[in-house]
Amino acid sequence: MSYSPNTPEDIREMLAAIGAASVDELFAPIPAELRAQSFALPGGMSEMELLRRMKELAGNDRPLIGFIGGGYYDHYIPAVVDHLSGRAEFYTAYTPYQPECSQGTLQALFEYQTIICRLTGMEVSNASLYDGGTALAEAAMMALRVTGRNRLVIDAAVNPFSREIVRTYLTNLGVEIIEISSKNGLVDRQALTAALTDQTAAVILQNPNFFGTVDDLSDIATAAHEKGALLITSVYPISLGMLKSPGAMGADIVVGDGQSLGNPLSFGGPSFGFIATTKKYIRNLPGRIIGETLDRNGKRGFVLTLQAREQHIKRHKATSNICSNQSLCALRGLIYLTSVGREGLVELARLNYDKAEYAKGVLGAVKGVQLLNAVPTFNEFTLVLAKDAAAVVRQLLDSGVAAGVPLGAYYEGMDNCLVVTVTEKRTKEEIDALAKQLEAAL
Amino acid sequence: METYFTKEHEWVKIKEGVASIGISEHAAHELGDITFVELPQMGKVVKQFEALAGIESVKAASDIYAPLSGKVIKVNEALNDTPEIVNEAAEDAGWIAWLEPADLAELKNLMSRADYDTYLKGLE
Repeated sequence: MSYSPNTPEDIREMLAAIGAASVDELFAPIPAELRAQSFALPGGMSEMELLRRMKELAGNDRPLIGFIGGGYYDHYIPAVVDHLSGRAEFYTAYTPYQPECSQGTLQALFEYQTIICRLTGMEVSNASLYDGGTALAEAAMMALRVTGRNRLVIDAAVNPFSREIVRTYLTNLGVEIIEISSKNGLVDRQALTAALTDQTAAVILQNPNFFGTVDDLSDIATAAHEKGALLITSVYPISLGMLKSPGAMGADIVVGDGQSLGNPLSFGGPSFGFIATTKKYIRNLPGRIIGETLDRNGKRGFVLTLQAREQHIKRHKATSNICSNQSLCALRGLIYLTSVGREGLVELARLNYDKAEYAKGVLGAVKGVQLLNAVPTFNEFTLVLAKDAAAVVRQLLDSGVAAGVPLGAYYEGMDNCLVVTVTEKRTKEEIDALAKQLEAAL
Repeated sequence: METYFTKEHEWVKIKEGVASIGISEHAAHELGDITFVELPQMGKVVKQFEALAGIESVKAASDIYAPLSGKVIKVNEALNDTPEIVNEAAEDAGWIAWLEPADLAELKNLMSRADYDTYLKGLE
């Protein structure tokens, strides 16, 4: 089999089939100024020359000091994560689900499911989904299936990108989505409970929310359950080192993005999504699930389980069209959490919280800066600036600081609002420098 | 009490105006070890031969169709924890749901036990 596409012979045949005399004639309808001007690439280089050139290019990088969060976070990744996840047994295997030859991967995914359950306080987890946004959409569809209803109530403080993904997934399903505007960065409980009817499949919330606000959603869980609706929450896994778990709040489905668990920012991906629920709803949980079993010699082993839910058996009646997971990124999440450890995660969360609290104090004291509200936060909080936040962020980029996420593009009337994130990687000096630069910019 | 059957291997019995339904012993045997019965929602209204419930075994996942039109008034909750009852007693303790039948004249679209036995022989 030849791997060369478009041999001169292929090109001749294709041109003959469409009746063009040459490639130039084929592209003639495209105005000359819109065509590629040149394909003149430099000639080949030796490995040594190439390495020198790439190092030179890498030297041009100006790494920004990042205070950007909003879903993807700049956390430190221990070296063990790259080392173990890069082992060929894990790294090169494609759809490694055959129990007779993939016990290692299956066991790792089973352990991943276990940590997700422990982290979220839920009973069952699948083997991961693509990312936090698609996980939220899958959770919404799951709630529609479970309840047989067609209305969703979603808080506007859920990540705007995730809300957009939910809308896209549900476009053609005839589902009514009611969005509840946030009140000063907080969920409007009155409006939300008033929107609940006996046709509401689920209430969708995020904690901490997009503004950074931390809340106890137990009362909303109760209100939703009284109407026969489910509570779906999207969570930031690192925050669960110190916050009340969604399971303890009464959530029925919990989702989130796993990037913060040992996956690099890497221009926005890849990452993984997690989804967990209660045993009651396991048959409506989408995606792969790994189960623990015994082989014929009574030895512990791992297999895919509950596969009847999936489309290769149930066809169009499957719980979801998702059949893949983000095995490798989820594996990184598992290695990350096991290396950080139970106590380490608590310490890490506390470190994020303490640094953010320090930053809140320092930045909040800058002239022309106010905190949006005085509510509890984790490692993110919203500032109200005296000027347009997007313009201030652009200005600060020149001095090597990414100051945060300006909210104007996502929330009407919040042009002056800036969400600032402080992870364990930010130092006191960096936070103090940000305060000085903000002061100068305002 | 007369038992009626569908071509899709469901049975129905009428007692005091209520229709109890399930899958035939033949179907249970063919499915093999049953691992899950997806019971219908209480109050669900179905038309004759429409999908009513679901059943999963170690071999397959299948729909269970309503032998009669009607409304679901009771489901066999015992199947949630012990779906194997369907293997043990498909046409008795392994019943799936009770329907309030909309129109008993629909029974004429079903087979008697003798007809069903003949039908099964034809499938062999």
